[in-house]
Amino acid sequence: MLKNRLATLLIWLSVILISAVFVVLVLDLVRHGWAGLSLAYLVDAPLDAGRGGGIGPIMVSTGLILALTISVAAPLSLATAVFLTEFSSKNSVFSGVIKRSLDVLASVPSIVFGLFGNAFFCVYLGLGFSILSGGLTLACMVLPILIRTFSEGLRAAPDEYRLAAAALGLNRAAALRHFLLPTATPALIAGLMLAIGRAIAETAALIFTSGYVDRMPDSLMDSGRALSIHIYDLSMNVAGGDSHANSAALILISLLFMINTLSSKLAYHWMHKRITCL
Amino acid sequence: MFLSQTDKHLSLWLRLCTLISATILALIIMFLLAESWPLLKHGVLTQFISDESWHPAQRLYNILPMLSATLLSTLGALTLATPLGIASAMFNRYYAPSFLASGYRRIIELMAGIPSVVYGLWGLTTLAPVINLWHPPGVSLLCAILVLAMMILPTIALTADSALGAIPVVFHQTAAALALSRWGTIRHVLLPLAKSSIGAGIMLATGRAIGETMAVLMVAGNVVQQPDSLFDSVRTLTANIALEMAYAMGDHRAALFVSGLALMLMIILLAGLAEINKRSS
Repeated sequence: MLKNRLATLLIWLSVILISAVFVVLVLDLVRHGWAGLSLAYLVDAPLDAGRGGGIGPIMVSTGLILALTISVAAPLSLATAVFLTEFSSKNSVFSGVIKRSLDVLASVPSIVFGLFGNAFFCVYLGLGFSILSGGLTLACMVLPILIRTFSEGLRAAPDEYRLAAAALGLNRAAALRHFLLPTATPALIAGLMLAIGRAIAETAALIFTSGYVDRMPDSLMDSGRALSIHIYDLSMNVAGGDSHANSAALILISLLFMINTLSSKLAYHWMHKRITCL
Repeated sequence: MFLSQTDKHLSLWLRLCTLISATILALIIMFLLAESWPLLKHGVLTQFISDESWHPAQRLYNILPMLSATLLSTLGALTLATPLGIASAMFNRYYAPSFLASGYRRIIELMAGIPSVVYGLWGLTTLAPVINLWHPPGVSLLCAILVLAMMILPTIALTADSALGAIPVVFHQTAAALALSRWGTIRHVLLPLAKSSIGAGIMLATGRAIGETMAVLMVAGNVVQQPDSLFDSVRTLTANIALEMAYAMGDHRAALFVSGLALMLMIILLAGLAEINKRSS
């Protein structure tokens, strides 16, 4: 009886502790960052190494890196996911090896992606410190996440669809196009959101690939500073940059919150639809 | 498997894309090896643990202080986050009134979504000054452990939560029929059932802690030394790469890639352990 009470007490205490820490963290960010926020902050160029001005070019670079990441990783992941779920048998050695390698890839530390991106994209392929190198490095990083969510989405499509398509004499390509991919679309979008969230939060993989330059990029071959790197640089390397670092952090968190809410709404909607169609 | 002509073409393309996806891991390992080769080719791996210190300018590459900082901060963070994470999951499943459970789960999900650089910023501007009041310099192993624990807690909490949620309701009914107390049910029936999934979550969190760079880089102080106490500044393997990669040349650069290889090795070992854990359950 005593043990029972003690456990209840300890569990409530841990939950209160965790919630308190979370609230303090969010309040701190808002308190320190709120004053610096304005529309001008979002569009202006940074001045004096980021102590003044805004984050306009940084938002552009971040957007470009993200767009590149997703446009490279999404088609490749979709093709891999379709192959693994629709075109290979569960017990084949080939797909077993691939799944294993993707599992390991998912747990590779981001700084190792940074090392690889620097050695492969920047030096070996000669792309230098550029948005292109950064975007491609992040594409490698989000690939396993995308493949996993895409595969789950496809696997959730009921087998009746595949059987019905076969009974209608449709080939697999047509079945994919007309039944399976449309059914899986909400899951595909939720997976994309997850990958965007992961990519936008990433810092370590970008330091030596897309670089630090905070000017407006002219092309994908220019170095561009991502929002997360801006936060890091302001707080570690720029004396007196803390308040602007907090403002940038607040913007990053708000972006992530929007992405997170959107994806959980979509996931919910998707679950709901599946339940009603069954 | 019967495939039409169109499907055969499609299958070929898909197989090609799949191969590209699978090659990335091999490429990463290949490039890490190739870049470390200038140092590895001498064949004296012991130099990374027997050199006097880490002084790249004098060609001394002892990574032991960084390795121990990585392991100590990971161990510390796990010690804090594991009980708290499992307690969170138990709260969600068995203790919370329903209106609190969904709200609390949302908090944990949001914590999981906060970028590491933001945890680092908060640790540097809020946590480190507090620790500094207690025992200077503030940026220390302790600060790294606390920030890391916050970062990996959601991973443990969310996996434990879904592991507990996957337990068939018949176990609850049987425990209730035996008149076990709530804690007795959890301790002797439910936790043993969820043990291996919770273990998998802890391993995932371990990998995250070992590989974490930004947060640790910002709050650990980055002095290369064997820590004597929790309040000493330390530099982890990951932070060392992030700090020195910008200007490293030649053998120094190779030494950083060797530390990258060491990180990969730990991650692959963990993946192996996770596989064994999965098989044995």
